[in-house]
Amino acid sequence: MSDEKNIMLYICTGCDIGDSLDIDKLKEVADEDFGVESKTHGFLCGEEGVELIKKDIEAGVNTVVIAACSPRVNYDTFNFPDVIVERVNLREHVVWSHKPKDPKTQMLAEDYIRMGIVKAQKMEFPEPYKEEISKTVLVIGGGVTGLTSALEASKAGYDVVLVEKEPELGGWVKKFKKLTPADPPFREPKEPDVNEKIRQVMENDKIKVYTSAQIKSISGQPGLFDAVISYNGSEEQVRVGSIIVAVGWEPYDATKLENLGYGKYPDVITNVQFEEMVSEGKLIVPSTGKPAKKVAFIQCAGQRDPEHLPYCSSICCMVSLKQALYVREMNDGQAFIFYKDMRTPGQYEDFYKRVQEDPGVFLTKGEIKGVSKTDGGMLVEVTDTLLGEDIEVEVDLVVLAVGMVPRLKKIADKLAEAEEEKEEAEEGTEAKEEATTEEESVVEEVSKDEDEIEGILNLTYRKGPELPDLKYGFPDSNFICFPYETQRTAIYAAGPIRQPMGVAESEEDATGAALKAVQALELISKGAATFPRVGDLSYPEFFLQRCTQCKRCTEECPFGALDEDEKGTPKPNPNRCRRCGVCMGACPERIISFKNYNVDMIGSMVKSIHVPEDEEEGLRFLAFVCENDAYPAFDMAALNRMEWHPDVRIIPVRCLGSFNVVWVADALSRGIDGVILIGCKYGDDYQCHFIRGSELANRRMENVQETLERLALEAERVQVVQLPIAEYDKIPQIIQEFIERIEDEFGPNPYKGF
Amino acid sequence: MRESIPSGQLSGNVLVIGGGIAGLSAALEASEAGYDVFVIEKRPYLGGRVAQLYRYFPKLCPPYCGLEILFRRIRTNPKIKFLTMSEVVEVNGTAGDFDVTVKIKPRYVDIAKCTACGECAEICPVERENDFNYGMDKTKAIYLPHDLAFPMKYVIDESVCKKEECAKCVSVCKYGAIDLNMEEKTINIKADSIIIATGWKPYDATKLENLGYGKYPNVITNVMMERLASINGPTKGKIVRPSDGKEPNIVAFVQCAGSRDENHLPYCSAICCLASMKQATYLREQYPDSKVYIFYIDIRAPGRYEDFYTKVKEDENIVFVKGKVAKIEEGENGNLIVIAENTLTGEKTRTEVEMVVLATGMKPELSDVKIPLKEIKLDDYGFAFDVPGIYSAGVARAPSDVASVVENATSAALKGIQYAKR
Repeated sequence: MSDEKNIMLYICTGCDIGDSLDIDKLKEVADEDFGVESKTHGFLCGEEGVELIKKDIEAGVNTVVIAACSPRVNYDTFNFPDVIVERVNLREHVVWSHKPKDPKTQMLAEDYIRMGIVKAQKMEFPEPYKEEISKTVLVIGGGVTGLTSALEASKAGYDVVLVEKEPELGGWVKKFKKLTPADPPFREPKEPDVNEKIRQVMENDKIKVYTSAQIKSISGQPGLFDAVISYNGSEEQVRVGSIIVAVGWEPYDATKLENLGYGKYPDVITNVQFEEMVSEGKLIVPSTGKPAKKVAFIQCAGQRDPEHLPYCSSICCMVSLKQALYVREMNDGQAFIFYKDMRTPGQYEDFYKRVQEDPGVFLTKGEIKGVSKTDGGMLVEVTDTLLGEDIEVEVDLVVLAVGMVPRLKKIADKLAEAEEEKEEAEEGTEAKEEATTEEESVVEEVSKDEDEIEGILNLTYRKGPELPDLKYGFPDSNFICFPYETQRTAIYAAGPIRQPMGVAESEEDATGAALKAVQALELISKGAATFPRVGDLSYPEFFLQRCTQCKRCTEECPFGALDEDEKGTPKPNPNRCRRCGVCMGACPERIISFKNYNVDMIGSMVKSIHVPEDEEEGLRFLAFVCENDAYPAFDMAALNRMEWHPDVRIIPVRCLGSFNVVWVADALSRGIDGVILIGCKYGDDYQCHFIRGSELANRRMENVQETLERLALEAERVQVVQLPIAEYDKIPQIIQEFIERIEDEFGPNPYKGF
Repeated sequence: MRESIPSGQLSGNVLVIGGGIAGLSAALEASEAGYDVFVIEKRPYLGGRVAQLYRYFPKLCPPYCGLEILFRRIRTNPKIKFLTMSEVVEVNGTAGDFDVTVKIKPRYVDIAKCTACGECAEICPVERENDFNYGMDKTKAIYLPHDLAFPMKYVIDESVCKKEECAKCVSVCKYGAIDLNMEEKTINIKADSIIIATGWKPYDATKLENLGYGKYPNVITNVMMERLASINGPTKGKIVRPSDGKEPNIVAFVQCAGSRDENHLPYCSAICCLASMKQATYLREQYPDSKVYIFYIDIRAPGRYEDFYTKVKEDENIVFVKGKVAKIEEGENGNLIVIAENTLTGEKTRTEVEMVVLATGMKPELSDVKIPLKEIKLDDYGFAFDVPGIYSAGVARAPSDVASVVENATSAALKGIQYAKR
């Protein structure tokens, strides 16, 4: 496709475009500036219009520039396979949002035509990176979550390797007497079926099971992961395509709950210990061995508490209700549940009701004042109750409903410490080398410490050995709409490692993760990207001859797609890549490019803009907008016929993180008076679909601002704005304020006309 | 894939009933794994009820953000086909080999020709209640459902349209996109499996007689509050009282309004605690001097949502009162008196407020709408459970928050494709 481009420009004159603009002048621009022929039609997306284009394609046109409506509509109508199609948004971004028959509106349209043609000229068809991949899913963790993932993936036709640390499969659920109800009428606890699951897994010839096994290391990339499994003193390397981390949880360390009597009194135990005891058929008082007839359950023990676990483990209310029924059933005893809030959402409410109906279970909200030993047993003192007064209850046994801690927590904390030390070291002079050694040594410590393997994945990625910790040790997604989103492509977390959850929820989560794992395999086998740019066949190419080993790309890639050699030269792993272009934005040498999206393309678009020397014709501004949130926001503002300043030209980018600062230089050297970047929110509640894209853009622009000042240009000529997609009503004001500030306070770019 | 009324025998691997966030997520996840999927949606647009929310808890982020990504994935994926204005009227066959009959109601607008230019709506002389804004304002009889309508096409509400008597839209449409004689069509789709993602409707608050909805204009529901706060809502995002347009400075939220109640919805809708806290932040953001009371039975903020509860609690102007509201009485000047028992102190309280928001629950569509699928398994409340070949997702399955919905939709997608003939 890099041979002769046969470009044709099609201008639709429908939807007011023909009425608001001088179409002939637009055709002139295409012809005179680029030698590109153009055709017009009053209803380009109609049958006749599309036929017109199709006929031209049959006659040899191989690059089609369609100046009409937004690329977000008529995506199917203007879908011509094997032809480069570039959409110029004359409707939403010009005619619907600016004054008709106005010279500035006309100039705006002309610039968009110019940019569209330049983009089409520079665009090449992506050639996907395809390698023969493994379609085996690796599941780490053989508890109920891992077992479910393995079974469900196998039922969809895929091979699975299941690695379990303990000698037996089944995890926690093997030690549970019953499970909380998960089916209507939600009134009775149910029998665990984990043994059945284990049997199914063991009999399934698509699933290979390793027990007493851990992952020593994983290297490679999605589709081509090499996992070294260490078990029974030997090692085996397997090739897998995608990975599910289902290693689960541990109970919160109750020795930290001395105030509730744990550790002090043998008759204060945790909910986990209680469950283990009853599943062996006993319900006794530890200190005497006699049957426990009165049991107190203390909810939120060491949870919802900034001193311990700040979060709620979501299932302990249900578990204590279930355990209260054991007390009734096994010993005809009495149960007392002291809670802060009774959390039985959805149909679980029916279970709460059923337990409330039982006269042998007493429930009240309350704060625990104290737990102490008496002659008769244990005394629990409760205040702030629903009874309006403090109460004291004497019981045989106290059960603390402690919370779930993800098994990533310890290692996440260690890695965070190492990161901090590295950053502190970087402030010194011998920074980089020491620090890298520091981090490497932690990685080693973590993965090769004698015979003990501490980590879960032990990835040999430059960006770290484990899934990043979102919060509290949970490697969860920060996106409400995309809970399986992962910062390490084709590696998914499922079950309580991801979020505190019960068994029914874990099984569902395991199934969802299995879908993502097999879906990743299918996409990668085609050389296509996974979420969010699903199906994208382009990938970044590196012209390494000019690499200066600055390591910005390897450091800034949000997904750890780039490893490094000893010198610091990036080693790309295309299957890990999400095609966001953050690396492209980071590179000061501009050696990274996509076939259909690159620095030269956007730079050329910038340089194609007509910058008037006469101030009467207005100043010129660029708005680089992120495709995901900001571009649709502009479309919606236009749909509502909101107008914004005609001196700004919008250039969509995949992510603000892909913005390369050279474009600022390109703009300013051409006399453009200001550059604004509009994209997704960053910070704790980040919205940026590529994790850190907009944050990085903001940081880079701050550096640019410093450079500007040294050139005697004002820093405010470059701005980064966070715009939530639904706040499109703010667009006119944002643009206006940006432009007015520069016009009133600084005036035109002093380099204009040079 | 563009929506079009297809011809010929259609077949796919998975047929998803419902095009809200659950249905779309299930459909996309399955199609991206390589399978052919159909989505059948009743409304004229995809996105369902989350499109009618202002923000999601706990990040307070806009639903349009996630929806746009879903729509973008639909645009670029030829393996997913959707039909709006459509309902399933018959299902024959068995799991692995379903034959589904779909009725496509006439939009009266040809989606192959409509450019969404809006000239028709400008000239239309008839108005209708805007169901997108829960009846709080009006649109014309021919209308675009909302700013992020997907597909971006107009639709005519046939219950109010004067049809041939008027036909002004027809004469003004430059693209000949309006066909007032459009007829209902019926098509057949073969599918290996079915995913039910029919979602929910808000519980009818007029049934809560003691709480004043329908009687007192300043008693609104949580779904209405979302519209008031949205810039494409009836008041362009300014939260004001229905009776007089006044800015409400003291607002009470009544939790479990008609939920956890044998006389109404016995179950808990799982999200209303968090939703009310979220809406309290809307008020506090718009009116920094405002005060908000939340009357609750239990605050259900499971997992890491507890952090959101902790954050909201830090605002001194948001007061949590544990006590079920017994009655709402009329006060003066449109105000309301909230009568509740503070269960911790035992006192009966009377709190005068300027507006009341009832946190009403979610009722599954299938509790009163029938899908002609005999194997479907519903519980007493109308929530659907999995049977071989027929899987439920989203609130059709259980009341839940968006993250859980997408999770179980992804799980349903895998179950659905396990049935597919490769």
